[in-house]
Amino acid sequence: MALLLVPFSAQGARISELSEATIWEQVVRFFQFRDPSVRYAVAGSILLGISCGILGSFIVVRKMSLFGDALSHAVLPGVALGFMWNMSKDPVAIFIGATLAGLLGAAVVHWVKESTRLKEDTALGLVLASFYAVGVALTTMINQLPTGNQSGVDKFMFGQASAIGADDIKLMATITVLVLVCMALLYKEFLVTSFDVNFARVIGFPAQVIHYILMMLLAFSVVTALQAVGVVLVSAMLITPAATAYLLTDRMHRMVVLSAVFGVLAGVVGAFVSFLDDHLATGPIIVLAASLVFLAAFCFAPRHGVVVAWWRQRSKSARVSRENTLKSIYHVLEARDFEGEGVSIRELAQRRKETLEESQKLSHALVNHRLATITGDDILLAPAGWSRACEIVRNHRLWELYLTNEAKIASDHVHEDAEIIEHVLGEEVVRELERKLKYARQDPHGKPIPGLSDIRRGTGVYRREDLVGYGKR
Amino acid sequence: MKDLIPKFDYELVVTGPWTTDFDMYGWMMLMGFLVTLSCGLAGNFLIWRRMALVGDAISHSILPGLVIAFLALAAVVPHDADGEHSAEFMMRWRTPAMFVGAVAAALVTVVIIEVIHKWTRVKQDAAIGISFTSLFAIGVLLINRFASNIHLDQECVLYGELEYVPLEPMLSLGGTNIGPLPLVRMALVTVIVIVLLLLFYKELLVTSFDPNLAYSIGVNPSVVHYGLMMTLAVVIVSAFESVGAILVIGMLILPGATAALISQRLEVCLWLTVLHAALSAVLGIHLSLWLNSNSAAAMVIVGTALFVMAWAFHGLQKFVLLRRAVRSDADGPEDSIPNAA
Repeated sequence: MALLLVPFSAQGARISELSEATIWEQVVRFFQFRDPSVRYAVAGSILLGISCGILGSFIVVRKMSLFGDALSHAVLPGVALGFMWNMSKDPVAIFIGATLAGLLGAAVVHWVKESTRLKEDTALGLVLASFYAVGVALTTMINQLPTGNQSGVDKFMFGQASAIGADDIKLMATITVLVLVCMALLYKEFLVTSFDVNFARVIGFPAQVIHYILMMLLAFSVVTALQAVGVVLVSAMLITPAATAYLLTDRMHRMVVLSAVFGVLAGVVGAFVSFLDDHLATGPIIVLAASLVFLAAFCFAPRHGVVVAWWRQRSKSARVSRENTLKSIYHVLEARDFEGEGVSIRELAQRRKETLEESQKLSHALVNHRLATITGDDILLAPAGWSRACEIVRNHRLWELYLTNEAKIASDHVHEDAEIIEHVLGEEVVRELERKLKYARQDPHGKPIPGLSDIRRGTGVYRREDLVGYGKR
Repeated sequence: MKDLIPKFDYELVVTGPWTTDFDMYGWMMLMGFLVTLSCGLAGNFLIWRRMALVGDAISHSILPGLVIAFLALAAVVPHDADGEHSAEFMMRWRTPAMFVGAVAAALVTVVIIEVIHKWTRVKQDAAIGISFTSLFAIGVLLINRFASNIHLDQECVLYGELEYVPLEPMLSLGGTNIGPLPLVRMALVTVIVIVLLLLFYKELLVTSFDPNLAYSIGVNPSVVHYGLMMTLAVVIVSAFESVGAILVIGMLILPGATAALISQRLEVCLWLTVLHAALSAVLGIHLSLWLNSNSAAAMVIVGTALFVMAWAFHGLQKFVLLRRAVRSDADGPEDSIPNAA
């Protein structure tokens, strides 16, 4: 079985055939919008970006992302039947047939899910494949009819942005306006049913009806988008911009707007790039542009980006490690009743049970953050370092005391927990803890808890007499 | 409209494939059976693991894998004097390259899905959508760009070429014909799937239903997961040529979904899958002969009909059980519903 033959029909999928021209000339030509094909392609991409972006953000937060995929395949028999209506490519008949098939598909998914044990993914796959099979069978049957070889159903598979005409733009504009109007009127309903169906039912929203309105809008958008980007890539138009927006914001209205913006952006970039090069089909470029924006958000989104999170994690663990070093220095000082100036690296290494090199590294990290200075072999805490060390030890011991006294945990079980929480306790919580513990001065192991005055002292304590506060008496 | 469904010709549709044209349709039925069987067996686990749409994703994202594999192959193939690729070399390495490309693409897909899903707040369904559409787009672009170097047929990708299976060169071993080349290959894949299934039945079972238990008895779920995904890629890429990228999803899901409606025991489900595969392959050929349509699509339609029957059976069963429960409630002494009158 040779995987034979010809390439995809994407030759026709470019916006414009261009003869020799420099990139600059092409850019100018693109932005002058002189070519009707460029105008249509750009207008189509913008309209698609808006309608798919808006609907996409709702299906993504409803965890129904792959509904778009299933619908886009399920419309195929509708396209074939629409063609059979009077054996011609009547856009209205095809649109109606496709939408009906899409809605039927959505209903079957719902029905299978409700009446059997099968989960949503299986139901979606079932509808996708079985509707598609009916569509393929019908298509092959139509193609064998004497009048049927022009059905052009294949065009729907990969999309033809170059084939977008004035009628298609009108259709897309109608659908986009419909989507916008529905959003404006039913935003609250969509919002509530997306996040809390039970609450929506309780306050009297017809959740089922809202669901089917969403499905209907989705079917409309999918059917119109098919012509431009094809069956497979229409799901990207729905999912990718919305997922990008989902990484960037926690508010639904912002997500909807952002998602539409990303959709438009990807559409225009796709139309532009494929205009520049003869070999680049529009649909895939749109999808890849959307994917690249997602990748950028995936890495650098302020709160949910991977690189950002990694960096935050890294700086946090560096801070924790510095604070642990400070704590060890405090322990060393405490063990010799705060006598003598500074702590030698050897003492620190002994205390922390590690090699000299490791201690050296840790103390250099302190120096870099101006928490300490090193003279010769000794580490001298800077004022800021001393305060932080006291705070950490205070947090640790307060927490241990809290766990022992209030939570009734055995005193030999509280250390590990305190090791973690000491780095994250804020000032207010500490005040609260102190109040709750009646300004206790000793932790469960009998060690003094540093007080506010120790911390404020900030000049470094070298003598026992200087250490005023709870630990002193 | 009337011309669409041809007249029912008993000779052609019912007896033909088993008598005069058996040479041709026998191979097609066998091929259909093997494809549906290997897909269905793997598909059962996808359904139980709620990963049915990962199959969908892989069947699409295999495309760039195939294209890159072919491009790589074309780059290393020795050219003869005319600058043409050596046909013999291409023929020999085409299949291995295809399998390697497909498995690599499948692994990339699965890794991308997991990375997006585990590292960010984006849910699995959206992650699936993002990964396969991006990969598919890359595949289409590569095909556009290097169309002259690759021989990949659009019709084949969409609809499959089951009809061409009997026309392929026969593989003969020791003088006897054992079958057309693609069929032998598919049979080999099916055997591999069955052997893997028998060898790792316990691991598959336990990781599908209780990953924690799997950990505690020393089975690493993610190893099993990746193994399953690789097997899936091999199955999909070998099925893909004969049934097309999208119908393969039907063959993955339909047998398992039908079986899951009838039985809750995995073993029974697997046997029902065999039955479903055989029925949809044989009846599918008959249907395609009657309607004069694409055979792979007809097989999926028969599979869907079997699913609908199982669904009806399931509904009936639930109805009967409910009736019985209501009746026993009514007969029982503790009738908790007070009489309104």
